[in-house]
Amino acid sequence: MNEKNMQNVRNVDVLIVGGGPAGLAAALRLWEKGIRNILLVEREKRLGGILRQCIHDGFGLARFGESLSGPEYAGRFTEKLEEYGIPFLTDAAVYQITPEKIVTVVTKKGLLTFQTKAVILAMGCRERTQGALAIPGERPAGVFTAGTAQAYMNLYNRMPAREVVILGSGDIGLIMARRLTLEGAHVHAVFEIQPYPSGLARNLQQCLRDYGIPLYLSHTVTEIHGSSRLEGVTVSEVDEHLRPVPGTEQYIACDTLILSAGLIPENELSLEAGVILDPRTKGAVVDEHLQTSVPGIYAAGNVLHVHDLADYVSEEAELLADAVVSGLQENDAQEEKIPIRAGEGIHHTVPQKTGGREPFLLSFRVTRPMQDVEIVVRLADQVLLRKRRKRVVPAEMLRFPIQPFLNAVQKSGEAEVESPSEYRNRAAQESPSGYRNRAAQESPSRHRNRAAQESIPENRNRTEDGMCEENSDRPAQEIVVEIRKIMPDEGFGKEVE
Amino acid sequence: MGVQEASQNKEQLSLERFDVLVIGGGVVGSAIARELCRYRLRLGVLEKNPDVCMETSGRNTGVCHGGFAYDTGSLKAKLCVEGNRMMDSLSKELDFPFRRCGKVLVGNTREDYERLLEVIAQGEKNGASNMRMIDEEELHRLIPGVIGKFAMLSGNSGILDPFQMTIALAENAVQNGARYFLEREVTGIRQTEEGYLVETSRETFRTRWVINSAGLNCAKISEMLGIRGHRVIGSKDDYILLDNRLGKDLPMPIYTVPSNTYMGIHVTITTDGNVLLGPTAQDTENLSWYGVEQKNLDFLYKAAMDLWPNFTRADYIRTYSGILPKWIDGNGKIQDFCIEIRDDIAPRAVNLVGIESPGLTASVAIARHVIRMMQERERFPGNESFDPVRHGIVRFAEQEPQVQAGLIEENPDYGQLVCRCQKVTRAELLQAVHNPLGVRTLTGLKVRTRAMMGRCQGGYCQMRLTQMLEEELKIPEKEILYSRPGSPLFFGKVREIADTGNNGTEKAEAGNAQNGNTESERGKGMDIGRMPGDKRNSMEPVPGEEAHS
Repeated sequence: MNEKNMQNVRNVDVLIVGGGPAGLAAALRLWEKGIRNILLVEREKRLGGILRQCIHDGFGLARFGESLSGPEYAGRFTEKLEEYGIPFLTDAAVYQITPEKIVTVVTKKGLLTFQTKAVILAMGCRERTQGALAIPGERPAGVFTAGTAQAYMNLYNRMPAREVVILGSGDIGLIMARRLTLEGAHVHAVFEIQPYPSGLARNLQQCLRDYGIPLYLSHTVTEIHGSSRLEGVTVSEVDEHLRPVPGTEQYIACDTLILSAGLIPENELSLEAGVILDPRTKGAVVDEHLQTSVPGIYAAGNVLHVHDLADYVSEEAELLADAVVSGLQENDAQEEKIPIRAGEGIHHTVPQKTGGREPFLLSFRVTRPMQDVEIVVRLADQVLLRKRRKRVVPAEMLRFPIQPFLNAVQKSGEAEVESPSEYRNRAAQESPSGYRNRAAQESPSRHRNRAAQESIPENRNRTEDGMCEENSDRPAQEIVVEIRKIMPDEGFGKEVE
Repeated sequence: MGVQEASQNKEQLSLERFDVLVIGGGVVGSAIARELCRYRLRLGVLEKNPDVCMETSGRNTGVCHGGFAYDTGSLKAKLCVEGNRMMDSLSKELDFPFRRCGKVLVGNTREDYERLLEVIAQGEKNGASNMRMIDEEELHRLIPGVIGKFAMLSGNSGILDPFQMTIALAENAVQNGARYFLEREVTGIRQTEEGYLVETSRETFRTRWVINSAGLNCAKISEMLGIRGHRVIGSKDDYILLDNRLGKDLPMPIYTVPSNTYMGIHVTITTDGNVLLGPTAQDTENLSWYGVEQKNLDFLYKAAMDLWPNFTRADYIRTYSGILPKWIDGNGKIQDFCIEIRDDIAPRAVNLVGIESPGLTASVAIARHVIRMMQERERFPGNESFDPVRHGIVRFAEQEPQVQAGLIEENPDYGQLVCRCQKVTRAELLQAVHNPLGVRTLTGLKVRTRAMMGRCQGGYCQMRLTQMLEEELKIPEKEILYSRPGSPLFFGKVREIADTGNNGTEKAEAGNAQNGNTESERGKGMDIGRMPGDKRNSMEPVPGEEAHS
């Protein structure tokens, strides 16, 4: 950077990327904790993020105890932001974040450069597209992701559909099934490739059943027809490997296909900053402070992992803000972390590692619907959490507070402190498999150079998603989160929540 | 200029007389139009689609071929080598992306090796140069992760952006006085004493010369000219486009050893850094169906994995299909390019049939060949005011930070990022909306700016793009087209809101938000918020900002 540019660098303690539910909550909490040299940057003309187009209700039940629309929910935060006078930019796009936490912002008034002490990533997520799904057939007009259709209808007053098929039972798709119906479109059906719905139970009821819209599980769209505007889709049943079953094809005439087949954390900026991503969440690998692999860069909300409820996004961002405040004050060196592994029945966890000395909120999702289960979080033989549930579904994000399990933090002066590395050495001696290597333990970093790794043909250990399977070499010391079915003779006790 | 020429009356005769009408706004038609601008002629181009480059020209790998793969002495070989040689200067003159990055043909067996030696020998006879065999070590040094024991390296091969190239040729033609008539499908051609009457889906045009550069419809137009008997079949290719994060690991296209009929699957890089898997090369009689088939997607995945296994299904951005028109003889054998003037049947009509690969590489060479043939029959006066230079849209993302700052200072629209993932600004999009050809489709904006081409495929920006088309060109929402004729995006408004003007979005949002959105009360003028330590909306840093309460 030349001298002229250096003069224009402004110092900011914390820069927040994104003014949606995560960014707003983080900004408010930082301010309330006395961190004043902060800046929130939002690419849209207005704050609120994706909440702006979510005009349905159901927001705020967990947080405010009342049902709000998306804009109303955002309003609770933006009103306070106004009241406090928290600095923010709108119509300003973060262009680049460097590993040194220098942030470049593009605005109509020029390029702005900030040297920051901490960056909070709160960019949210994007939707899986037709191309990413690689649906066979033609490429006509009339294929929209659910969020795009939602934005057209609710922000732009444009009606994109008349005769509609919805692929995927994600929550936005369900919400749009109702919204389109209310505006006079005819929604033929929702097709879900999995044998279970991916949206929340309340949306299945309120958006589909209440309107008589059928949901077909284990079905997918196998061909798109129409060279100009969509003319129809072919729908097929799928087998247990999610492959279309020949002979089950049926043609549905429609002018619009709405895709609600998954959300992907939006991490382009994070990658440029050198942040390592978890192939399962597709968000950053974080510790219990929600700090990424780049010290001083934090992440919360849907950019970290896709949430089920905006309320939990806000809460996560507040916990993150607390950690940023401590980080700014203490500026402690990175301590060693114990990895957290998603075990049997668990798709992913957040965080993916912890120092073990402070309480944190463990979030995760299950891989399939199950009944009468026990969730266990353990470190070797030490059980950190044991919970029973009558029913768990992938649509729901499970969250549990985990208490500190290593001896108290060093500065508290207590004796008998065992560092993670000491613990690991001891565990390695005691464990028959032994401590293998550091690289295996830091498994997420293996994905940094994915191309190099996957150029070895023998190592084509991919899931259908294209992501790598976990290496079977386990580090000696790790926290495992797993779920198991409770046997009838074990009873199903009072613990059930 | 452009589609504004629209006429309601089908029978209406275009009052103007043209010296030359080119049928087809693909890369070859546009190259012919552009090269004809070197002469003082009234030129028109008729294109049935709402944009140029919408069929074969835009649906391929974008590889600039070396010229070694074609029979010695053929037009394909000659014009490909000629086209390849001029590509550096052409891309500079017309401002479209081209990189002479080389390409490899990868082999594994003894037969492969011998076949590649034959290819080199043929290439040398064709006048192609800069080809040699490389061993496994050099191959793997050049392209990490490639699977193969040796390769032929063609240093003269390269990659180009077929959309930008065609648009550049067309815009340069327009800039030099040629006129593009979009959404004019030719429905009939009648010979007159002075030349031809060309009937289209809108009006009828008069011209002295006519050029059949109709690509997939070349046989149809040929028949209309009275030149019968050309048999054309399609060769359909499915492709998978991968994320442009992968491009940095692939320095040049990878091909397999060609057989006599099929070039084999390629793993290609685009000038934007995307990786392309394809093609599948299946014969087809249906020249208008661009559907991608599941079995082809599966095949491409497997075949590419055996060549360059550095991707996963999570890298898929899009799939697409293209069709090459192949001129075949009675036995189904694929023929050379057919470029002819049948003075006996259709004087002053140039008939181009079966212009398939390497038509993109050869396009300007083909154009010059066509004009040589025309000039053997009529001398055209030179056009001293011909300007061969065309400037494309200045791309914000490709500039150094200081240049970027300058761009914003000059034009604040450069400071408004509309497409996040491809980093496309409002200024670029506005230039695309007001493009010289008068194209007004959503995909027209896409190919001109890269907006919507990234991994969200317009999930974030497409609403802004359609809004710009509506507002800038005053097009009602029902007439906004996605891509092809008859591809509207909207059925109307959700609700009629009184007094929306050009500001429907804001009103709709305020209405939908009920009383919840405090932002809507802040007013439109508030496009920049507050800086830290600043109460006055000023962008100037305030001294001692740390001390701010």
